[in-house]
Amino acid sequence: MSKFKKKTKAETNIPTSALPDIIFMLLFFFMVTTVLREQTILVEQKIPQATQLQKIQKKTLVSYLYIGKPKNASLYGSEPRLQANDALINTSDIVLWVNQQKDNLSEVERDQIWISLKADRDVKMGPISDIQFELREADARKLMYASVGKVENN
Amino acid sequence: MASKRGRMAQEVNAGSMADIAFLLLIFFLVTTTIASDKGIMNILPPKQDPNQPPPEVDLNERNIFKISLNLNDQYFVEDEVRRDIDGLSDEIKRFILNFGNPDEDAIALFNSLPPSLKGIADQSPQSSDHPMSGGAVISIKTNRGTSYEKYLEVLDLVKKAYFEIYGERVGLTGEEYRTLSGQSAAEKELINRGKENIPMAISIAEPDKTGS
Repeated sequence: MSKFKKKTKAETNIPTSALPDIIFMLLFFFMVTTVLREQTILVEQKIPQATQLQKIQKKTLVSYLYIGKPKNASLYGSEPRLQANDALINTSDIVLWVNQQKDNLSEVERDQIWISLKADRDVKMGPISDIQFELREADARKLMYASVGKVENN
Repeated sequence: MASKRGRMAQEVNAGSMADIAFLLLIFFLVTTTIASDKGIMNILPPKQDPNQPPPEVDLNERNIFKISLNLNDQYFVEDEVRRDIDGLSDEIKRFILNFGNPDEDAIALFNSLPPSLKGIADQSPQSSDHPMSGGAVISIKTNRGTSYEKYLEVLDLVKKAYFEIYGERVGLTGEEYRTLSGQSAAEKELINRGKENIPMAISIAEPDKTGS
């Protein structure tokens, strides 16, 4: 009996000397994966769900267009608006914007530009098709409808 | 001697290291947005020259699989109202793989298909002629008032049908085929073999303006 008691009383504290290393490892993981946002999003973004998602391998080729209802409705109204870089733009400015984005790429990659359309799920097809028309005009025909994964239920 | 002892005792206090690391960790945890550069890829058609009328496309009605969405987000598949679109993906697959009126190349394509796809491949004369270019086309038409979410849902299903066919041809599932990156030569070869002679013919029509 006394033998048992002695054993349970033996050292029970967890060695914590490796704790900083573990924390550092986690820290490095998040430091590497983090992307600090350099833009503030001015429009609502509830990205729709889809299943057939693909990834673009070369991130430098991607330019983002955001569309949705402005968050600040008193300033910009409640109709869906388009945001590129840091400002709200009109549909007619897309061609200019695409050309600016293309200029940021190197000569050989200019035709390979991808536009990632981050549209809110409540946007109607009207504005979307206007954007698509302008993108065709600007000859930036590779379009990606940004969406998040959905668990398939079949 | 005393000074030596003092030097020996000079050691950085590492006890609070974990706390500092924790603080940094929490900062990065909060600011992180794991980049989600994923989405449904689509290639838009080239722009139309206003001086040239759009080329006359000689496509038979039976070669077009019409999916349309109206103002109230109701689905119409081949002009019939649908309550939901469950199983649409399989219907599209059967439509694409139909050989109603195959020419020589299409017969060669049919013979190259794996048995599982031959099983789906039908020869109904009312459906599409063949899956090659000039054959089956999936058309998605929307109204300006259709919601983007529903449109994407339909496009998603059409993509799924194609990826499953492509995957099956190279012995992969649709999912595996879709996630091929094409960075190594072997993957590139798989991708090309999957879609050889079966182009992804998805036509996205200009939306209707009228409310109907």
